[in-house]
Amino acid sequence: MSGTAARTNADHMNDPMRLSTYERDGFYDEMFDEAGLARPEAQLLLETLESLQDGQLQRCQMAAERLLIQLGITFNVYGDSAGTERAFPFDLIPRIIRGQEWEWIERGLKQRITALNQFIDDIYHDQKILKDKIIPEEVIKSAIFFRPQCAGINPPNGVWCHITGTDLIRHGDGQIYVLEDNLRVPSGVSYVLENRDLMKRTFPQVFEGLRIRPVDEYPSLLLETLEAIAPGGTRDKPLVVLLTPGMYNSAYFEHSFLAQKMGIPLVEGRDLVVENQKVYMKTTMGLRRVDVIYRRIDDDFLDPEAFRADSLLGVPGIMAAFRAGNVALANAPGNGVADDKVVYAYVPDMIKYYLGEDPILPNVPTFLCWREDDRKYVLENLDKLVVKAANEAGGYGMLVGPHATQAQRDEFATKIKAAPRDYIAQPTLALSRVPTLIGDHLEGRHVDLRPYVLYGKDIRVIPGGLTRVALRKGSLVVNSSQGGGSKDTWVMA
Amino acid sequence: MTESLPLLSRVADSVYWLSRYVERAENIARYIGVNLNLQLDLPLAPAQQWQPLIDTTGDTEAFKERYGEARQDTVIEYLAYDEQNPSSIISCLRAARENARSVRETISPEMWAQINSMYLHIQTHDTIPQPERMLDSFREIRLGCHLFQGITDATMSHNEAWHFLRLGRKLERADKTSRILDVKYFMLLPSVKDVGTPYDDIHWAAVLKSVSGFEMYRKKYGRITPNHVVEFLVMDREFPRAILYCISEANESLHRITGTPKDAFRFRSEQLLGLLDSELNFSSVEDILRNGLHEYLDSLQQKMNNVDAQVRADFMNAVYQQQQRQSA
Repeated sequence: MSGTAARTNADHMNDPMRLSTYERDGFYDEMFDEAGLARPEAQLLLETLESLQDGQLQRCQMAAERLLIQLGITFNVYGDSAGTERAFPFDLIPRIIRGQEWEWIERGLKQRITALNQFIDDIYHDQKILKDKIIPEEVIKSAIFFRPQCAGINPPNGVWCHITGTDLIRHGDGQIYVLEDNLRVPSGVSYVLENRDLMKRTFPQVFEGLRIRPVDEYPSLLLETLEAIAPGGTRDKPLVVLLTPGMYNSAYFEHSFLAQKMGIPLVEGRDLVVENQKVYMKTTMGLRRVDVIYRRIDDDFLDPEAFRADSLLGVPGIMAAFRAGNVALANAPGNGVADDKVVYAYVPDMIKYYLGEDPILPNVPTFLCWREDDRKYVLENLDKLVVKAANEAGGYGMLVGPHATQAQRDEFATKIKAAPRDYIAQPTLALSRVPTLIGDHLEGRHVDLRPYVLYGKDIRVIPGGLTRVALRKGSLVVNSSQGGGSKDTWVMA
Repeated sequence: MTESLPLLSRVADSVYWLSRYVERAENIARYIGVNLNLQLDLPLAPAQQWQPLIDTTGDTEAFKERYGEARQDTVIEYLAYDEQNPSSIISCLRAARENARSVRETISPEMWAQINSMYLHIQTHDTIPQPERMLDSFREIRLGCHLFQGITDATMSHNEAWHFLRLGRKLERADKTSRILDVKYFMLLPSVKDVGTPYDDIHWAAVLKSVSGFEMYRKKYGRITPNHVVEFLVMDREFPRAILYCISEANESLHRITGTPKDAFRFRSEQLLGLLDSELNFSSVEDILRNGLHEYLDSLQQKMNNVDAQVRADFMNAVYQQQQRQSA
C-alpha cells in the first residue's frame, strides 16, 4: 500500500488512528518529513499503527499504565509530602533513530566525554587549559561545583566521568545539539530498560519485522565499568555497592532497580563506615570491605567531613578513603565543575584543545551574561531567549522568554544584572516532535534524548537512551518534575 | 552460607519485618473471618464475640478510648481499616510494603509486585465491605498473604535473606497462635455450664478454624476436647501453625543464617531460641494445664519476645553498636 503519508487521500478516510489528520505544525517531526511522508525508518511502525482496530492503541496504553503502578515504577515528588510516589508517564509511540545517525551520535558522545574527562583531570591537577587562556580562570574559580577538595586526586584509570547522561535535542533545522552534559549523578536509565520491557509486554505486535537494537545489556556494562575501576589488585572480585540517599529520594526506584539488575548491595550512608581510610559495610556477620561505590548522592551530601557538615545521608571519612586510593567512587566527586552552564559553553574549545579535533556534536549557541556584549544582547532579547541559571538542573531556575509574562522577564532581567555570572541564555529551540497518544488520536509533542555513556576502561554507549516528552501541548519542558513523560527509543539495526 | 557476602544489617531488619507484617495481616484477617462465621452459629450475646479479638491484638485500652463498645462494625473498622492502629491490616500491609520497597534489590520482583498490589488494593477498598462481600474480603486478604508466601518460597533463592524472612514469619505465627489460644481459652473456660454442649464444640471449632486447623485436628484426634486442642496447637510437630512447629522452623533458619551446627550456639539468640525449642519438645499438655495454660502461654510469649529482641541485637543493630564503639 502506498499510504503512510500523514495526510493524503481517501485511503485513510477510515483510518481509526486518524493519522490523516496529524499536524506537523511546522516543527521537525521525527516520523514524518517536510512533505508529510513517513520517514523510511518509521514506515513499518506506521503501517502497524494504521492496521490496528479502533481503540486497540488506547487499550495497550491503559495496560501499560496499569503495569507501571503495579510494578511500582515510580518517582518521588519533592515539595510534596514525604514518600508521594508517582508513575513516570509512559507514551506507547516510540521514538525512532536511524542506525546511521545513531553511529554519528555515538562517535560524537565518545569524543565529548573523552575531552570532558581530560578537562576535569586537568582542572584538578595542572590547570593547563587555564594557563593557556582557553578558559578564563575566574569561570572555574566561580563555578559552584568546583571542589578544591579534589585537587591532586588520581582516580583509578584517570577516569572521573564513569556514567554520563548527555541531553541532546534536535532543532527545527534538523541538526542534533548537545544541551547539557549531566556529569554528576544522571538518572533515568532505568526507564530506558523498563520502557522497552513495557513495550514488549503491552504492544508486542509492533516489534514484528523490525530489527531494533537491544538495550538490556546496560546493567552488565555498568557492572563491568564499576568493576574496572576497583583500586589496584587486592582481590579477585571487588565488592561493588550502590549508595542511595534512601527510599524518599526521587530516583529511589532507579537505585534499587539497578542494584537488583547488577546483583550488588544497595546501601545507605548509615550502612557504611570508614576505618583507617578504608570503607566497610555493616552486615549481619560484621564489617565487610567495600571496593567500589556507585554513589547516587550529590557531592554536597557525600561526606560531612569534606563537604556539607550537616549531611546525614553521607559517610564521614569517605573522601579521605577515596583520596588514599582505597575506594573508587563513581562518578568521581568534583566532576560537576563541567556541568556549570558557563563551562559548558567552552566544551567545543576543550575538544579542540585536548584532542585537536573538531567537535562532532555541536553545542547550542550560548550567551554568557558575564560578558558585557552578551549580557546586553540577552537583556534586549529576553522575549526570544531561554535563560537558565548556570548551576541548576531539572528545569528549575529557567525562563522560556517567548512563553513568559512581562513580569517574569523583568524578574529575570533583575536577577541577571545582580549576578551575571549565574546566568546564560540560549535561543529558544524548536525541539523536534514525535507523534504521541493524546486521548484517542495522535498529536505531535516535543522530545529530547538522553543517551547514557559509560567510561571504565573504554567508553560504551547503549543504543538510544531516554526519550523524554513534554506531554503538555506546546510545552518545551520535558522534565519529569514538570509534566514530562517518556517513550521507548528505538535505534534501528 | 558463609562464603557468600552476608546481608546488610539494615536489609536483614527490613526483610524480617516485611514478613512479620504480612503474617500479622493474615492473622488479623483470619480472626475476623472466623468470628464472622462464629456469629452466624451463636445467636446469643454476639457482642461478647468481638471483645476477645481486641484483646488478642493487645490494644484493648486504645480501642476502648477511640471506639467504646466492641461491636462487629467497630472492631472490624479498627482491626482492618484504621490507619491509626499500627496493627490494623492496612497498617501492616503498608509497613510490609515500605519494608519491601527498601529491599527491592534483595527480594524477587514477583514478591514486590504481589505486596504492592495487595497494598494498593486495600488502599482503594478501605471501608467496611457490604455484608455479602464481608467474608470474601477477608478471605481474599488471607489468600493474598498466602500468595506472597508462596511466591517468596518459589521465586527467591533460599539464601540468608530468605531465612530472615522465614524466621520473621515463623516467630510471628507462633506468637499469634499462642495469643488466639490464650484469649479463646479465657473466654471459654468460665462458661462451665456450656461444657459438653454444642456451643462448647462450636467455640473450640472456631479456635481451630481460625488457624485453619479444624480438619487437620479432626484427622488426628477426632472428637474435640480442650486438652487435645491445646496439645495440637502448642506442640504438634506436623501442623504448620502449631507453636512447636513454627519455633523449630525458626530455629532451623537461624542456624542456617549463622552456619552454626544445629545443636550448638554461637550467638545469644541461637541459645534462647534453642532453649525454647527444647522446652516445647519436652513439655506435656498435662504439665501445661496443671500449671495453668494462661501462665504458660504468657511465659512463651515473653520468651519469643526475648528471642526477637536478641535476633535484632545480634544481627541488625550492628549500626548502633558500631556508633557506640566509636564514640566510646
